[in-house]
Amino acid sequence: MSGGILFDIRRYSVHDGPGIRTTVFFKGCPLNCLWCHNPESIMPEPQPIKRCRQLNGNKEWVDEMVGRQYSSAEVMENIGRDLLFFEESGGGVTFSGGEPLLQTAFLLELLSLCREAGIHTAVDTSGHASAEAFKEMAAQTDLLLFDIKTTDNKKHEAFTGVGNELILSNFKSLNGKGPAVIVRIPVIPGFNSTFEEMQAIVKVLKSSQAKIEAVNLLPYHRLGRQKYQALGMQQPPVFKPETTPEQMQQLMGVFEEAGYKVKMGG
Amino acid sequence: MNDRVVFLRTQSLEAENVLSHERAVLVTEFYRDLLPENEPAPVQRALCFKHILENKSLFIGEKELIVGERGPAPKATPTYPEVTLHSLEDLDILNSRPKVSFEVSEETRNVYEQEIIPFWKGRTNRDKLMALMSPRWKRAYEAGIFTEFQEQRAPGHTVLGKKMFGKGMLDLINECNAAMDGLDFDRDKQASEKAAELKAMKIAAQALITFAYRHSEALNELALAEKDTARRNELQHMAAVCQRVPAHAPQTFHEALQHYWFIHLGVITELNPWDSFNPGRLDQHLMPFFAKESAAGTLDREQARELLQCFWVKFNNHPAPPKMGVTALESNTYTDFALINLGGVKADGSDAVNEMTYLILEVIKEMRLLQPSSMVQVGKKNPDRFIHKTLDIIRTGFGQPSIFNTDAIIQQLLRQGKDIEDARNGGASGCVETGAFGTEAYVLTGYFNLAKILEVTLHNGFDPRTQKQIGPETGDPLSFNTFDDLLQAYKTQIRYFADIKIEGNLIIEQLFATQLPVPFLSLLIDDCIANGKDYNAGGARYNTSYIQGVGLGSVTDSLAALRFHVFDKETISMEGMLEAIQNNFENYGEFRRELVFSTPKYGNDDDYADQQATQTFNMYFEAVDGRPCYRGGKFRINMLPTTCHIYFGSVTGALPDGRLAGKPLSEGISPVQGADHKGPTAVLKSAAKIDHIKTGGTLLNQKFTPSFFDDPESYKKLTALIRTYFRLDGHHIQFNVVSADTLRDAQKHPEKYRDLIVRVAGYSDYFNDLGEDLQNEIIARTEHSE
Repeated sequence: MSGGILFDIRRYSVHDGPGIRTTVFFKGCPLNCLWCHNPESIMPEPQPIKRCRQLNGNKEWVDEMVGRQYSSAEVMENIGRDLLFFEESGGGVTFSGGEPLLQTAFLLELLSLCREAGIHTAVDTSGHASAEAFKEMAAQTDLLLFDIKTTDNKKHEAFTGVGNELILSNFKSLNGKGPAVIVRIPVIPGFNSTFEEMQAIVKVLKSSQAKIEAVNLLPYHRLGRQKYQALGMQQPPVFKPETTPEQMQQLMGVFEEAGYKVKMGG
Repeated sequence: MNDRVVFLRTQSLEAENVLSHERAVLVTEFYRDLLPENEPAPVQRALCFKHILENKSLFIGEKELIVGERGPAPKATPTYPEVTLHSLEDLDILNSRPKVSFEVSEETRNVYEQEIIPFWKGRTNRDKLMALMSPRWKRAYEAGIFTEFQEQRAPGHTVLGKKMFGKGMLDLINECNAAMDGLDFDRDKQASEKAAELKAMKIAAQALITFAYRHSEALNELALAEKDTARRNELQHMAAVCQRVPAHAPQTFHEALQHYWFIHLGVITELNPWDSFNPGRLDQHLMPFFAKESAAGTLDREQARELLQCFWVKFNNHPAPPKMGVTALESNTYTDFALINLGGVKADGSDAVNEMTYLILEVIKEMRLLQPSSMVQVGKKNPDRFIHKTLDIIRTGFGQPSIFNTDAIIQQLLRQGKDIEDARNGGASGCVETGAFGTEAYVLTGYFNLAKILEVTLHNGFDPRTQKQIGPETGDPLSFNTFDDLLQAYKTQIRYFADIKIEGNLIIEQLFATQLPVPFLSLLIDDCIANGKDYNAGGARYNTSYIQGVGLGSVTDSLAALRFHVFDKETISMEGMLEAIQNNFENYGEFRRELVFSTPKYGNDDDYADQQATQTFNMYFEAVDGRPCYRGGKFRINMLPTTCHIYFGSVTGALPDGRLAGKPLSEGISPVQGADHKGPTAVLKSAAKIDHIKTGGTLLNQKFTPSFFDDPESYKKLTALIRTYFRLDGHHIQFNVVSADTLRDAQKHPEKYRDLIVRVAGYSDYFNDLGEDLQNEIIARTEHSE
């Protein structure tokens, strides 16, 4: 049995795929997106975080570790706890992160254990992984939550720290035999919140053979900013101006016109 | 809502809660001047009932379609001096207390001073009851180990079955005659007692008919004086309805509602039973009338809706009779717990959801009234649509209906020995209490403070608050070598206090059986007539006495903390732990944080903590379940608090889970407020580890913000959540959908939130009518879930 480093296992997660799900958060990400709202997911190793505890109005700051080693048996034990909820709701488990493919062996083992146990699986990925790892993962997964941020390679590198060649080629490798795919696009003001950006992404989708079930547009929010401070990390930039609900609707229209089922939020 | 309903609803919402002395005067008059000394108790009680119904003033309101009030006007609430007497001081408290108050007029005060108090002082049932209790009972009662439900209110908690929707009072009188004819005075040594009970039942049945005839006459008089033709026709029609019911079985939808309403008034006038009275499976009972009239074209859906809405207002006009002292603390509300049941299964086991179910759900949503309460019974055979329609109401933040597991209720009733059809015809009443409707006398007898008993165990049987040795010496905790030693001591204490509670209950049940029989209620519940025996004396087909356990979450976390810190990890000695709780954690701030934040807690699907819940539950179950009650049935347990977790908390010192002295205990089987942090599936898993089938009801509160209800997808997920909990045999779950900010604003500006209803614990209440501590608790719970 192998193991890996996770930073959370969250139950009754209702925004990461169908039904009631348990989301397993892998620690470590090859990307460094400037809008990331889960900064504790980036560093592959466990790290300290300051947390506020309030008791009878008294606030106290304490150091805790975020992330630790889990064995696959421990993860499966946790997942199994909500099996009946998965059955009743058509739910299952979602492997998210961070980037789960950064710990490929661990991920593949968990996927195969879930398949044996008859549990529906989803992988929430940036797509930034070796073609081989990606392919193996896709063969073992029921649903992919695939993030596409921009088709512009230079911009991608400037805002996420890596180019998008691997991502786009992995996306292209998907075909009708592979898992169902939900494309997730973070809509970031000043980065990709334009018609042109969305139309370019539509082109990528159209050129693929993947079973695209839906497109989710995820509005930018600043909820994660406090965490940077708690982790002792530099504050990320604030992206402005905020995209209005009307603008979001218009951007969603681009995908609707192209024939995709679109939803705001995951 | 049409104009009539808007008018009646507003009138009901704006009516002041007033104390009425009318019933007290009539009862005093009867016992002072008219009492036939030589008649047996049931006949005396029936004649008293008759005296009230023949002489009480009638109220027929403008625009009403369903008539009859217990008092002289809506929310004018009577007292029951034969059960409990209010002193002048009590009346002043009732008049002035900030919550659940009743206006007491100068006249009422004078009548009490001159007539009621002089006659009843020292003669009430409460006086007799308290005089009969042993010193050890009183020590435990005063320490807050348990409460006594029958101290100020009569046994009741029961629910009407199908029978009364097919029978009139005249039919029941015939049944009494037949039972009388069957008596064998030569061989049955109880025959004369039975004859007296049957005679009393007949008097009571006739009294209700007379009461209805008085309404009929009054309605005819009003019709004669009425200028408006439409209203005149209505009044004449209502007069005719009151001529037919409750004398005869109802034939129309309107008659069925008026019929039940007279019966309801009869039950709550005869005595002041807990949980008033309840029509039970209302959708089942009304559907045949609706179907027949729809087919005949005499009643459409809108007319049925209007009648139901008028019926709803009637419940809301009747607050629970005024409670004092501990009784007020354990059930601090105007709500009188008439819990309408919808859905479930029919007697043959098939899906019982019908058109009437959906119509009544619409009525609940539109009316948004405190009373009646409502619940849905969900079993594996009921469709998801039924749950979705229920969620439509719950999402509005109104706290109703609560959701129950039909399949679990049936299993509970079967375990208790009920016939399968009687079990399927059952449901839940009050907060969450399981019962066989129309065939069972199931009586709640009081709350049982599991957390206080742990505190007493940690003090070797001594109660630090009252400074008395109230339990046996089960050992100095410093001498416990293992966690199991502690558990054994706790088990002994639970058993000891259960013995005391039951010993008291047996005396109290006998007191009600012999001194305060209820011949009218006995007419309604099978097989009291056939047995010639009173409801309070064991005449019903099934008899159950419940003791309601409180504080499971607090006890679980405290035991887990003791096991974890003192015995397993040895982070603190037993001496240190005892010193910490005795000092209410003063100078133990760091350790208290450790207890609150870094110790296994119930509600997180963590077996280490949850094991203590099942252990405590089993100890409590073994101490109570199956022991005989006076009425020929058995004692059982259920797990619910109403508002008693606040009272019990106020008498319980600091606990090893980090809870400070005097703070509320956990409620029902819910986790300690704020202790669960792994989401709802983990809470449900923890809660399902105790065996719900061995109870007569458990209560689980789950807070949700409106965001959990925002699209069809989230409805499906909530439905799956409910269905999974029920697959695990969970008995009941209720959702509170409201934001903390809304509640805080309501605390600041109560005037803006007169209609704000929140789910408290097994029932809903107006937020404004809750005590500040309970308001704060609900805000804290809400905050936690946001």
